Amino acid sequence: MIPDLGKYADAVLGSYAASLGLITALVAWSLWRGARIRRTLAEVEARAAKAKEAKRNV
Amino acid sequence: MIALLIRDMRLAMRAGGGFGLGLAFFLLVAVLVPLGVGPESATLAKIAPGILWVGALLACLLSLDRLFALDFEDGSLDLLVTAPIPLEGVVAIKALAHWAVTGLPLTLVAPVLGILLNLPDAGFYWLVVSLLLGTPALSMIGAFGAALTVGLKRGGLLLSLLVLPLYVPTLIFGAEVVKRGAEGMATSTPLALLAAITAGASALLPFAAAAAIRINLR
Amino acid sequence: MSLWEYANPQKFMQLSRRVLPFVAAASVLCLLGGLAWGFFGTPDDYKQGSTVKIIYLHVPAAMMAINAWVMMLAASLVWLIRRHHVSALAAKAAAPVGLTFTLIALATGALWGQPMWGTWWAWDPRLTSFLILALFYLGYMALWQAVDDPDTAADLTGVLCIVGSVFALLSRYAVNFWNQGLHQGASLSLDKEENVADVFWFPLLVCIAGFVLLFLTLVLLRTRTEIRSRRLNALLARERMG
Repeated sequence: MIPDLGKYADAVLGSYAASLGLITALVAWSLWRGARIRRTLAEVEARAAKAKEAKRNV
Repeated sequence: MIALLIRDMRLAMRAGGGFGLGLAFFLLVAVLVPLGVGPESATLAKIAPGILWVGALLACLLSLDRLFALDFEDGSLDLLVTAPIPLEGVVAIKALAHWAVTGLPLTLVAPVLGILLNLPDAGFYWLVVSLLLGTPALSMIGAFGAALTVGLKRGGLLLSLLVLPLYVPTLIFGAEVVKRGAEGMATSTPLALLAAITAGASALLPFAAAAAIRINLR
Repeated sequence: MSLWEYANPQKFMQLSRRVLPFVAAASVLCLLGGLAWGFFGTPDDYKQGSTVKIIYLHVPAAMMAINAWVMMLAASLVWLIRRHHVSALAAKAAAPVGLTFTLIALATGALWGQPMWGTWWAWDPRLTSFLILALFYLGYMALWQAVDDPDTAADLTGVLCIVGSVFALLSRYAVNFWNQGLHQGASLSLDKEENVADVFWFPLLVCIAGFVLLFLTLVLLRTRTEIRSRRLNALLARERMG
């Protein structure tokens, strides 16, 4: 499966692992932060809409 | 403007902060490095130009956060912004005052520390010349950094992070002048480039710094 | 209908929502395809052995690390001149991506240099410039973090980005000058274009496309988050005001 990398296997595999690890971390962080902000925004927007509604009904 | 220059210099001297502290720090660097590196005079002679330039640079950095912070706190910066003289001029004058109380004294004591670090004889002249030409750029770039961080509560550390990368070209050319001078090589190329950085920084950065202050005081 | 229409946050959100899945899918495809092709499908170089496979990560990451800063500079200029909020937020969104690419370039370079040059790190002009570039990214991000008011932060980081670009360029040339003054440069030269054969070149192109698309995906995604975050803060502030 994995091609024979000879004596440089550590360097090559290390590079791929480090790069993919960094990219995965960045993507995961971006997605997590995006989801969290979106959730909070939806909550706050719902709250704001409700407050407006209540004000109109008074 | 001259009144402002004199006022700033007097404040810096009296407040006891910038003036003595920077020099003491510079001295400490020159004492600590041989303690860490070892007393072989050949090694010290080799690294002396770099150590002296890095020491001067860090000593310069030490007093930067006071450049606008004091005026910001007591509100005189607001007055200066609305004063009839242009803010760009105010920034340039303040950088000049900072240079006069840190860069200039650093340049003057540097030869003494050069003796401590066993700087080769040929290097002393170039050490003074390069610091004289280069430290104004350090003050001006520092003034820009101080202008960016003027309104922040914990600006000191951020200021170093912002300013140090900007110091890279000045440091490289300055230390190169001394290194070449000490080895008896031609110094005119790095010296000209160092002078170009100083000239460019003092011509253009006042505008950037003044823009940053206006943004911060908005 | 001009390009500036998309500077409107709502327009931008609509467009980016439609485009984002395609860009994301394309970037995953290109990245995985290119890297797999490079990793499994190319022969070893006669001089570098299997370490030549690192090129598929190192070169695209290094390219995009610089291009990300150029994009931030362009976005900062647009913000300072035309005051489009999306532009400022896009610059903010791009900085961590650029920093990550810089770190990838540095890490893969060190791992490649260890067997090839016999050292993890050499003060070679290119390596040094990248280290300095990473510091610029850090400073830029720290300034965004430190300033509370979003418009002030956008203005200040914009000014920093412009001044930083000038000094980054200066540093690049200064570092070149500095190392030539000390050492020979040629033995550590990384001139890859000359010795890259077609077998390595085509997968490399795919990987470069993959990194460009990945950059685009992440910037779009993060800009959307920043826009939402700004709206969130505005709503929260309004709530507190009553």
